[in-house]
Formats: sequence, C-alpha cells, structure tokens
Amino acid sequence: MTTFLEMSGISKRFGGVHALRDVDLTLEVGEVHCLVGENGSGKSTLIKIISGVEAPEPGGRIVISGKEYPKLSPVYSTHCGIQVIYQDLSLFSNLTVVENIAMAHHLGGVHTVNWSSMRAIAMATMAKVGIEVDPETKVSELSIAGRQLVAICRALAADAKLLIMDEPTASLTRHEVNTLIKLVSDLKRSGICVVFVSHRLDEVLEIAERVTVLRDGAKVGTFAAAAIDGSKLSHLMTGKAFEYQKQVPDLAVGAVVLEVQGLGRDGDYDDVSLQLRAGEVVGLTGLLGSGRTELALSLFGMNPPDRGTMALDGHRVVLNTNADAIRRGIAYVSEDRLTLGLILDQSITSNVTLTVLERLAGAFGLIGTRARQSHVARWVAELGIKVSDPNNPVKTLSGGNQQRIVLAKWMATNPRVLILDSPTVGVDIRAKDGIYEIIRRLAREGVAVLMISDEIPEVLYHSHRVLVMREGRLTADVMAADTSEDALRQAVNA
Amino acid sequence: MPKSRFASFGRFRRSHEFWLLIVILVLCASLGAANGQFLTMQNLFDLLTSYAFVGILALGLLVVLIAGGIDISFTATASVAQYVTLTVANAYGANWVCVFAIAIGIGGTLGALNAIFIQKLRIPSIIVSVATLNIFYGLLIFFTGGKYIYSLPDWFATGIFWFEFDWGKDTSYGVNLQILALGFSFLFTWLLLNRSNIGRQIYAMGGNTDAAQRLGFHVFGLNMLVYCYMGVMAGIASLVQAQLAQSVAPTVLVGKELDVVAAVVLGGASLMGGVGTVLGTFLGLALLAILQNGIILLGVSSYWSPFFVGLVILISVSATAWSQRERRTRSARP
Repeated sequence: MTTFLEMSGISKRFGGVHALRDVDLTLEVGEVHCLVGENGSGKSTLIKIISGVEAPEPGGRIVISGKEYPKLSPVYSTHCGIQVIYQDLSLFSNLTVVENIAMAHHLGGVHTVNWSSMRAIAMATMAKVGIEVDPETKVSELSIAGRQLVAICRALAADAKLLIMDEPTASLTRHEVNTLIKLVSDLKRSGICVVFVSHRLDEVLEIAERVTVLRDGAKVGTFAAAAIDGSKLSHLMTGKAFEYQKQVPDLAVGAVVLEVQGLGRDGDYDDVSLQLRAGEVVGLTGLLGSGRTELALSLFGMNPPDRGTMALDGHRVVLNTNADAIRRGIAYVSEDRLTLGLILDQSITSNVTLTVLERLAGAFGLIGTRARQSHVARWVAELGIKVSDPNNPVKTLSGGNQQRIVLAKWMATNPRVLILDSPTVGVDIRAKDGIYEIIRRLAREGVAVLMISDEIPEVLYHSHRVLVMREGRLTADVMAADTSEDALRQAVNA
Repeated sequence: MPKSRFASFGRFRRSHEFWLLIVILVLCASLGAANGQFLTMQNLFDLLTSYAFVGILALGLLVVLIAGGIDISFTATASVAQYVTLTVANAYGANWVCVFAIAIGIGGTLGALNAIFIQKLRIPSIIVSVATLNIFYGLLIFFTGGKYIYSLPDWFATGIFWFEFDWGKDTSYGVNLQILALGFSFLFTWLLLNRSNIGRQIYAMGGNTDAAQRLGFHVFGLNMLVYCYMGVMAGIASLVQAQLAQSVAPTVLVGKELDVVAAVVLGGASLMGGVGTVLGTFLGLALLAILQNGIILLGVSSYWSPFFVGLVILISVSATAWSQRERRTRSARP
C-alpha cells in the first residue's frame, strides 16, 4: 500500500483549551479509515486541519503524496484531492443539483458559464454514484439522504483522492446507511481513501479497515478493525478513569409529575405516551431527526403538539408558550448552549439571574444589586462553578463551567421538571462527571429529570429509566438496570 | 427534448415569477378595460422612461441581495454622482462617454467604501449603508448648500432619441436615454448573473457563505464587486434621472430607497440572500409601475399610492412564505 497522507505532531489550541495534542495519522491509498471519539475528542478539529480550514500549532508535519506542507489552506488541500463532506454538507440549497455538483466549474478567473458542460459533469458523476433525481431540482427540495449523495457527487466531480465524511450517518435511516456503506466500498475499489468520522461503533466496525481513536484531543491509537470489537472500542473512546454503575431507582421515587398521553405533531413525532416521576432521571435517546428534540420542545411549550394530552400532577395542562411551561415549573436546557442557552458576551451575573428577574425584583420592579449578587453567589457555590469575578462575560469560562451556568440559570427557577438536551456535548470527561453529579443531586431533591442524549452509555449509566425514539415514535421504555448498551443501540438504529 | 421543456415549464409554473406574471396580466386587463389610456403605446413608453431610474437601481440592489447583503445608500450615491458629474460637465465641458465615466467612477468608489466597512470590519450591511447614506448625503448638502442646477449642457438636455418612428397623427416614439440605459442594465445584469461564473459565485455565496469560503471563493472580492456594482448602477441611474428631470436637485432622490426595495422584493428576491432573478425584478418593477400608474389613471388620489404598494408587497411576500411553508410540511415526512 502507498501512503497518501501522513501527519505527525499535530496540535491545536483554541483559547485555553487544547483541542488536539500531538496527534499522528497515516492514511493509505484506497483504504477506509474510521476516526472515532466522543464529542469534544478533537475529531472535527483534526478534519479542519487536514482540509486547511484551521492551521495547526507550529511544529507539526503534514506530508501528502510525498510532499511536505507546514500547513494547508483550503485551496492547497483541494488541489491535493482532499474533499471533506461536513456534517452540514456545505451545499448551496438555493441552487440546482447540477450546479452544486459542478460548482468547481465556477472557480478560476472570470469566464462564461458553460451550462451544458456542467450538466455533463453532473450527469456523469450522478451515474457513477447512482442517484436518480431531476438534475434541475433545487437542493433545498431533496431529502437529507439525497443531499448527502449530492455532496458525495460534488467531491467526486472535484477529483477526490481522499474523501472525509464527518458524521455522515447521523441523520440517515438504517436503509440509507446501508446504501452509503455500499457506495463507500465502491469508492474504495476505485482507489479513493475514505475517512469516516463517526461515533456509531457498529457502523465503524462494519465499514473500516483501520480505526483511529481520539480521546480528549489525544490519539489513543490506530487499530485494525478486524482485531477490535465494540466494547473494546467504547472503552478506548471513553477511557477507564470514569467507570459508572447503572442507576438503580431510589425507593423514594415519588409521584408522577408529568404525564403525556398520545402526543403527536405532524412531521415531528406521533403517539408518544410517557411519565416522569419526581426524583427520577429518565434518559431519552434516538438519532438526529428521530423527533426527540421536537418532543422535548413540545413539553416545554415551544412546539405545540397537534394531538394528545399533557398532565402536570394529574391536572391537564395546555402549554402554548415556554412562558406557560416556566410558570408551571418546567425548565429546558437547550442542546446548543452557546447560541440558545447563554448570552456569551454578558456577565455571569446577568446570565444566572435571567430566569428569575421577576422574583428578584423589589419595589417598582427594580432589581437591587445586592439581591443579584447574593443570588449569584449562592448558585456559584452550590454548583462549584469556578469563577474569578461574576462580572466577567460568560465566554471567559471553560465549556464545563458554562454548562453549569446554564444549569444554575434554570435550577434557580426551582423546576419540578428539568429537560436537559445533550447536557454534556462539548465538555471534557471530568466536567461531564461534575454535570452527572449535579443531575443525580437534583433527582435526590425530587426533580423529575428528562435527559436527552446521543450517547448511549450516557443515558444507560446516568438515568434510572431509558426511552428510545425512532422515526418519531417512542420504541422503548425500559429500566436502565434491565438493558444493555447493545440492546439500546439496536433499538436506536433498528 | 420536449420532456425537459415540459419539466422546466412545470418548475416555472411553481415559481414566484409565474404568479407575478398572472397578477400583472390581470391588472393590465382590468386597468385597460377601466381606462382606454392605459394600454397605449404612449403610456408604455412613458412608464419605461419614468421608471428607468428605479429599475436601474433595482438591478444593482438585486445583485446585492442575492449576495446576502443589503444597501440602501444608493440614493445618496446617485445624488453625489449626479451633482459632481454635471458640475464638472458644466465647468469643463464633456460628452456622453465622459459623463458616464465620471458618474460610474464616483458610484463605484462610494460602493467600494461600503464594501470595505462591511467586509473588513464585519459590520452588518444595513447599518453601514444607513450610516453612509447619511454621510454621503450630509456632505453633499453641506458643500452644495442644497442648490439646484438648472442649466445643463445643451447636448445633455436634448438627450438621445434613436429609432424614431411616428405613430398616429402627431405622436412619435423612439428609444431615449432612459429606455436605452434601462435595457442595457437589464441585459448586462442578466449576463452577469446567469452567464458568468462570477454571477453564479454570487448566488452560491448568498446561499451559503461558509460553504463558499470552504470551496475557496474569494468572498471579499465578490462582496467588493457586488457593492461596486450597486454604486455603478446608482451612477448610471443618476444621469438618467437628471436628463429626465432636466435639472439636478440634491434633495429629491434620497427618500426613494423604499420604492427600489419594493420593486426588488416584489420580484421575489430574498433578504436572506441567494434568491432572486432578473426576470422577477423586471416583473416586480412592472407591478410597481402599473400600480402607481393605474391609481393615477383611475383618478384615485395619489395619496393612496403608498398604501396600495405596501398592501401588494405584504400580500405577495405572505403568499410566497405561505406556499413555501406548505411545501415544507408536505415534504417533511413521507
């Protein structure tokens, strides 16, 4: 085998955070190589360095087809035949399939557009990949799987020698994943190196020849896929420093707080019935697009359901806005804390007090500085947030501490039901442990917690009960103690 | 390929432009029935002449909107270009090539200033152009004292009148400066957007800037070009307007921005970027012109004109948003 790309000593820092530490990677011509690791392990950063979007810290070495580069730029790396299909696909949804596939035609100096040659290029690659859509449709009208095929066509039309796919299966059905896996093996046979980035271990082992594992920005190792199995891989990804026991429900698990019957919303989810009890942590998992976030938003009043009923403490409620939900003691910590959960440029104090401004208000609705300060001091101490000055902007904190600020903001409302959407995305393992500790404590205090997560071990080891959603329906509702990672994984992917 | 032609007609039938065309035809038919003056050659040529200024600016703005930006400083740019160009022409003498070169140069320079602030300092384009609108206009009023220029060079005041032909007893028509410039602007903008790789890069950038950057598009260069193009269009439009008005009035153009925005938005261009066509802009301009003209011909007080224009914009934009939402919910889950 010949080596296509060799990198060594690659590091990258963002502010104070080490996203990558001294990573090596070798990719051979015509191999399928998987890059795995938990969220925040540095997979995406490594890809951005290969594609030239980010420059590594000085001292690293990148060799492509025998030629050494201190760093790459998007133009160089495209020139070397490196094509990345990002998770967002980077397509131009306002333009047609033809124009997206043959977009490289538009590069270079000013020239007239040769529509018929663009069409010919697009048709040829579409035939190679085997998509059957009207080439003049706009990409915005295609399904996610269709868009992904268009993105693959675009990479092939640009003469890809190395094709990197970032979480390509995240929003595909099992059937679509199979089609993709078949396509990838066809590409491999034509001498293209495919790097598959995923944290779905079963797919990784099905498709790859070699697997490189990253954890916390460092490389754990590169392994032959044949010599490794799922449980070993998850061990390598998560590390053994933090071993969790399954949560056994406390006998004190109390009354049903929230009950949902036959909830449905067209296009999102349907026929969902569930109960959340006081003092219970319920994990909810499923693929992106399985309807889990949409369901959570409905419980928080932001995505009103078309059908079904909701009851809080046995009384029927209709939540039309999130203000209704907050008033009734439901809190929601969003998945994307950076854009939805926090106002990054404002101070820690402003962020923590945001949800309780009415309560802190004194005479004439004005808020005293002292009331604010003592409120913030209390929560900072309670959650063990490391803060040098509460007047600093939130963006000066680390990811784990930012997440605690979001939790503090909502815990201050004294919620009865706390919905956490992917609470540990982008925080390192140590900070994750701290967040789990907070979740357990909240449950002990009698809050009903609904924790949504992509990561099966997370829901398995940190919930009392696990719900699985697939294609808009609730397909499993089991006690964590009675199930296993494999069983859950199967329920998720089916 | 009759099949693909059929498919492309199917696509056209679902487009914003198709509905716009229907509305215009219905409006024309009813206005024509209500007033014999409306569907005459005379009125058609008058409309083209008097809407050339708005139309040329609309084409510049279309390109900016497709690129994902917005610019409302163009009326101030046009005022400056007009005033400086004709002052120079009066003082030193000039010809058509000269005046257009000067006006285009001024317009392009002011557009480049916008682009630099928007791209280099990453200030939202709406804020930059509100500021530059006031700066350009403020400086113009300060230095001119708001004085009109009434005496224009003879050749300029006479204008051009090509392909003259007689119609009926004593009316004659021809291609005047306004119609010529409007036609040229439409043709050139269409070529830029549909037949040059630069135009397609502008569409792509407006649709997904991150992806355009990843592909190696020169995002700064494209934006520079787009805002300069807007400025150049403002320069051309300013001379067209001065020739029609037979004077230069530094205070009358500023305030007409929203007519231009109205025409482009009616034509289906999206403020989110990446969407809009030259045909749509033509139809949007036509709808605006027919509405305003129709109100006058029907003898309705022209004070009602803004009301109807606003109403039509609201209805048209709502209809498009509604049909898109319908289509999305239908395709959300099979």
